[in-house]
Amino acid sequence: MKNLILTLLLVLGLAPMCLAQDDFSGTALRLGGGFGEQAEAVEKLGLSGDPRALPLLQALADGKLTRMADGALLIGEADALTGAPANAAGASAVRINNRVRAALRIALGRLQIVSPDPAERLRAADGILRSRSAQDLPLLDAALARETVPRIRERLVLAQGAARLASDDEALKRAGIESLGASGFEAARTVLLEARAGNAALAEAIDAAVARIDRQLAFRRAGELLFQGLSLGSVLLLAALGLAVTFGVMGVINMAHGEFVMLGAYTTFLVQEALRGTPLAPWALPLAVPTAFLVTALLGAAMERGLIRHLYGRPLETLLMTFGVGMVLQQAVRLIFGAQNREVSSPAWMQGTLMLPGEISVTQNRLWIIVFGIAVLLLVMAAIRFTRFGLDMRAVVQNRRIAATMGIRTGRVDALTFAFGSGIAGMAGVALSQIDNVSPNLGTGYIVDSFMVVVFGGVGSLAGTLIGALTLGVVNKLLEPYAGVVLAKVAVLVGIMLFIQRRPKGLFALKGRAADQ
Amino acid sequence: MTDILNHRLTRRAALLGMGAALATPAIHGASAQGAPIKVGVLHSLSGTMAISETALRDTVLMMVEGINSRGGLLGRRVEAVVVDPASNWPLFAEKARELLQVAKVDVTFGCWTSVSRKSVLPVFEELNGLLFYPVQYEGEEQSRNVFYTGAAPNQQAIPAVEYLMSKDGGEARRIALLGTDYVYPRTTNRILRAFLNSKGIADADIMEEYTPFGHSDWQGIVARVKRFAGEGKRTAIVSTINGDANVPFYRELGNQGIKAEDIPSVAFSVGEEELAGIDTKPLVGHLAAWNYFMSVNSPANTEFKAQWQAFIKNPRRVTNDPMEATLVGFKMWAQAVAKAGTTAVDPVREAMYGQKVDAPCGYTLEMHRNHHLSKPVMIGEVMENGQFNIVWKTQGPIIAENWSPFIPENANRRR
Repeated sequence: MKNLILTLLLVLGLAPMCLAQDDFSGTALRLGGGFGEQAEAVEKLGLSGDPRALPLLQALADGKLTRMADGALLIGEADALTGAPANAAGASAVRINNRVRAALRIALGRLQIVSPDPAERLRAADGILRSRSAQDLPLLDAALARETVPRIRERLVLAQGAARLASDDEALKRAGIESLGASGFEAARTVLLEARAGNAALAEAIDAAVARIDRQLAFRRAGELLFQGLSLGSVLLLAALGLAVTFGVMGVINMAHGEFVMLGAYTTFLVQEALRGTPLAPWALPLAVPTAFLVTALLGAAMERGLIRHLYGRPLETLLMTFGVGMVLQQAVRLIFGAQNREVSSPAWMQGTLMLPGEISVTQNRLWIIVFGIAVLLLVMAAIRFTRFGLDMRAVVQNRRIAATMGIRTGRVDALTFAFGSGIAGMAGVALSQIDNVSPNLGTGYIVDSFMVVVFGGVGSLAGTLIGALTLGVVNKLLEPYAGVVLAKVAVLVGIMLFIQRRPKGLFALKGRAADQ
Repeated sequence: MTDILNHRLTRRAALLGMGAALATPAIHGASAQGAPIKVGVLHSLSGTMAISETALRDTVLMMVEGINSRGGLLGRRVEAVVVDPASNWPLFAEKARELLQVAKVDVTFGCWTSVSRKSVLPVFEELNGLLFYPVQYEGEEQSRNVFYTGAAPNQQAIPAVEYLMSKDGGEARRIALLGTDYVYPRTTNRILRAFLNSKGIADADIMEEYTPFGHSDWQGIVARVKRFAGEGKRTAIVSTINGDANVPFYRELGNQGIKAEDIPSVAFSVGEEELAGIDTKPLVGHLAAWNYFMSVNSPANTEFKAQWQAFIKNPRRVTNDPMEATLVGFKMWAQAVAKAGTTAVDPVREAMYGQKVDAPCGYTLEMHRNHHLSKPVMIGEVMENGQFNIVWKTQGPIIAENWSPFIPENANRRR
């Protein structure tokens, strides 16, 4: 590996690479000093191109470099400079700060740009981009000459543009501005704007390049804003779907709906804890979905049979009673799990950012929640349309007495429907555990939103719930940059109030006899 | 009210609290002469602030246990009266009244958010109670009934922003002020904006956003901060986000790949305890400004950590700045009571001035006549293990300026 790097460097004619032995160790030892001293030493080692520096800097970045009282540096049980075995007793970790960390990224970039590993080269290109230094031009030109991976080339061109812009040569600067403007990257825009103050003569060219990038970015930004709106919409959809069944279809004002969502989140926590350390642990989240459905559905069935069925046709009493049940559930969870939040960890596939086509960056957890929301919606629609239970349910909703005379056990259908709605709320809780805090108050934050969506979309209409949730999510996110988070929400609520004045039945009003009941 | 998964001490505290609420006389009193000295504990044990405040209740209980094991105070037992104001600001005032009038406590340790302190302030002033407030705050207040053992803005916010603008801090010239929507973030940011303006940072280079308590959808704000940072000047985030909204906020920072070397964030209300519930790997290098970190190397801190972990029966539990401020306040109060020879509020107040405590932060802290402590300022970077690496600190304790010179209305105020 070392040899490979050396030969490569020599072939590329960047020769005077290795520092003299005592110069190298003198610089390296300063890695154990104060932050300012560290940053300087890191920069010097990075510029030297000396392959001996790579393991040292890597160890420093990973927090594996330790320091003895006499100033000697160790990696594990070996001297960091010579590799000779050493006694590590009494060694303390060498700490770094952000300034050193930034210098390390540049230095590691300069050393690793020749790495055979494409992932390392990509990181290296991004590291060198940070330097904004004309010194890197030979290195970057050489790297570009041999690079074949398009994605790395893009980043190298970006770094090269930044380095050219930092040079003293007017023509080179213009070339840099040109290539940065053509790249369309947000990072290129930043580099250009940074350079603007120091290059008054080039301000016009820079502005043109920035405008060019902005045109390309406009689409991307709109896409990202839309994604944020859809993401909020999918959260609202998930929270409201259960309510669309219990309130929308059955007409039960269920104030405990939020608590079912909360119980779903706690079920996720329990499933995760139960599977901890077993081979199934990475699958805790998918397994929590059916579990949460069952738990909350059973609870919902018990609640319907035990309490709600005695109050059909008395909405005020139902409201008060379910409100009370909600408080009891909240307090019960507080007694069992404590008032402190519980941590539900995210699996690796739900962390980080994903690049969609068109360079639209979206966060993985939000993306999965959108997918999950749509899946749950399809499931609910399918269950209502294609199953025997769905048929019974529709029959009972349309005309209870006729349904009963046709031999449908309406009481059982009521219980199942309520259980179904509660189960959906539980599944929503699984998703919310990924983006919100799992606390006994989790549900209270969503109950108002859920009613808002169902009423806005039109009571009794699943399509209305979908359109309602997505509209509210997108409108909210469109308003947010102008009005701020708090006012955007207020504006949405005011908008809904006005809308309901004009259309009391919501977006998708049911027509026909069912609507008159 | 209580956490049955916790051990019996918590339950005992809850029982005590309930006992007080029902105004039943204390059950014990065998050893010490006279009625016990009552210490009120007014911290949210549920709701959005429980993540931060529960540990403060436990700290007071630990101090009470410690003082009783050394024979009590003035030869009397000390007894904690715990109530739960449930992150509900009006309830704070009700519970404060209950502590003062029904339980008749001699002193109260409590509150985290400024809105809760503002809520109880009239009660303590009306009934001449004594409150020890252990959290950094926005200043602009000085009640004779409150001793402030947390930092004033010049002991936390301003040095932190100065650090962000320094070479080591990344030379930020553009600042995003993110906060929860209540009095502390808004006042602090008002002070910071005036300070930044005085340092030549224009309003165009300052972004300010507020969110409700418990906010969880940070994607839009973090994306806007990213864009704000891309305008050609080094950018940093100053966070006055409080409570459990921090968990989704940091998760979003991690998910959107904002690294501390690119856009460092400094938080004023996030310490070791809040980080205990988060995966800290993506957060390495983000900053917090406090007057104490668990990683401080001092004999008093070693003792504090050992006492805490033994009390809570968990060798991995962390300590944090407001806990230290609670400990310092409790020790000072005990010293003042011993000096005054009584727990009556007025003599104790007089005795408080000039009290000194050898604090875990490694310095001797003094209570000044402005009811604030002199404190050292420290800035720490988050490490992978959820602890802080102290990257900057003041030479020694600095005196609180609770009336900020950056607020124009204070110009005529005598300092």
